[in-house]
Amino acid sequence: MELIVASAVGTLTAGGVYLILRLRSFPVILGLALLSYAVNIFLFSSGRLAVDMAPVLSPYGDAGYTDPLPQALVLTAIVISFGMTAVLVMVGLGAYLEADSDEIDIGPEDDTDDRPEAEVR
Amino acid sequence: MHWIIVPVVLPALLAPVIGFVMRHDITLARAASVAGTLALVAVALGLTAAAADGTPQVYRLGDWPAPFGIVLVLDRLSAVMVLLTSVLALIVLIHAIATGWDDRGRHFHALFQFQLMGVCGAFLTGDVFNLFVFFEVLLIASYGLMIHSGGRARMRAGLQYVVMNLAGSTLFLFALGTLYASTGTLNIADMALRIAEIPPEEAALVRVAALLLMIVFAVKAALFPVQFWLPATYANAPAPVAALFAIMTKVGAYAILRVHTVAFGPGIEGTEDLAATWLFPAAIVTILLGAVGVLGARRLMPLIAFSVIGSMGTLLVAVAAFSPGATMAALYYMVHSTFAAAALFLVADLVVSRRAGDSLTPAAATVQNGLFAALFFGAAIAMAGMPPLSGFLGKLLVLDALRAPGDMAWAWGAILGGSLVTIVGFARAGSALFWKSTAIALPAADEAASAEEAPPPGRRPGPAPAAAMEIAPSLAALTVLGALAVFAGPVAGYLEDTATQLFDRDGYIGAVLPPTEEG
Repeated sequence: MELIVASAVGTLTAGGVYLILRLRSFPVILGLALLSYAVNIFLFSSGRLAVDMAPVLSPYGDAGYTDPLPQALVLTAIVISFGMTAVLVMVGLGAYLEADSDEIDIGPEDDTDDRPEAEVR
Repeated sequence: MHWIIVPVVLPALLAPVIGFVMRHDITLARAASVAGTLALVAVALGLTAAAADGTPQVYRLGDWPAPFGIVLVLDRLSAVMVLLTSVLALIVLIHAIATGWDDRGRHFHALFQFQLMGVCGAFLTGDVFNLFVFFEVLLIASYGLMIHSGGRARMRAGLQYVVMNLAGSTLFLFALGTLYASTGTLNIADMALRIAEIPPEEAALVRVAALLLMIVFAVKAALFPVQFWLPATYANAPAPVAALFAIMTKVGAYAILRVHTVAFGPGIEGTEDLAATWLFPAAIVTILLGAVGVLGARRLMPLIAFSVIGSMGTLLVAVAAFSPGATMAALYYMVHSTFAAAALFLVADLVVSRRAGDSLTPAAATVQNGLFAALFFGAAIAMAGMPPLSGFLGKLLVLDALRAPGDMAWAWGAILGGSLVTIVGFARAGSALFWKSTAIALPAADEAASAEEAPPPGRRPGPAPAAAMEIAPSLAALTVLGALAVFAGPVAGYLEDTATQLFDRDGYIGAVLPPTEEG
């Protein structure tokens, strides 16, 4: 169990890091999604892995339980990363439509002043 | 006392109302936003007064006792930061309204209030996971503000900013998971107790988590080597938003101060040397990098952004000493540099919106050239650290605090050298923008006079002079800087108590976890 979870976190993180170093925005977005999956699994396991146990204390004898707090944290983290990915996709789309290029890098030729006409009075 | 949660709840309730009810009525949205921010200033003043008695006050959400429930903690440091945020927000908001920035895209005021909610929450919370949540709140609002009113360069810089911060958030979660796995708690005070119990030879995991957290906060604070997102972001963001973002880098510095002092700080054997070891050299490089950037910038907005990086370096050099004296200097410099950066961005906005662009090349002088030049001069000497404004006193306090034999040569050399280079950079920018442009203005005027009375079709009429309301916010920021210098004694005294309280870890822990309930 530990091996599966640990190698899953490792593989997802490695894939995510590789993808966010890519030039185009689509692989970068995928990479951030992979990284957020990796961190969710990692958070889940931070309360120790316990198989087949309920996240509540049992009144009957010394039955074990799994730590409920990381599950609550993961839930929060999933909601936040899902929302953030949605925002990122929209910003990426906006940048692609405005600039006609989905490169994530800003080259020196872009470092010029081209504000919308409305801002220059 | 329920007032502690008001700086979070007030903007959180106001923002959706502005976003949903007032989205078609800019006048109403402006009124609500200003009223809300004014109320926030009033509440922040009240909280500062309430925190002045020296005992940290704890607000337990849902009345759950501390290690199990989430707490908000109000001590002097949180109160000062919330007050700083609210005053800055008011200045920036009035500028945005007076110059019409808020009407150039949608939902400016709603996002602005959400941003305030996130920043105030981050300053008040006593729980690291809650800190993460408030970071996300302030970030998601800042994404919207950053790309406010759109444009090609701004959207592309915005994409980079979002990607950078999402990667940072992921790292934050990894750090929190590691921390929870090794300590079993996320409450800062409880964590401090648990980490103190861990023997140094078993503290490896905690040390990893502490350094991961440091990297996350360094991303926010624009510390070398993760400062590279800042120039593109600040230079391409709308100027009032860039001025508001002056508080965002301070959130990172605050988080380093709070977490690495209380939880991993001095006196905890396993982790006490970590922060200072890495923070100090990184901050020295940050100062130099900022100074070189100021000298090398070819446009005004990146120049100011690099000066912000330099000021963060100066601030973090003082933070890295992790002593009450140096922290007092850091806090004074933090208040000063927030307003100095905001003043620079606001003045630059007034100038740049009346020119063809913000490149540092002489062009025909704008209207009110002298007035803008004077404002820019004031803000620039504050940022560079020249008397009589508070930048000089701030840097003097930082220098005075860093007298440890090993650090002194590096810190003094970097700060003084960096200041000199920054002064040269600002002088170059100012003379190109305001001085040399007066020489160009004359032929342009002659040409206009010799031409026909009516301007050629398609050519826009000259830029309008700035109204009093447009200048007032910049002037207010400069006045704050002046007041900081005039009342430096009382302010430094208050901040000294603040720093002493921050380093009184037992007082903080005792307030959050009362001994009677600890059992």
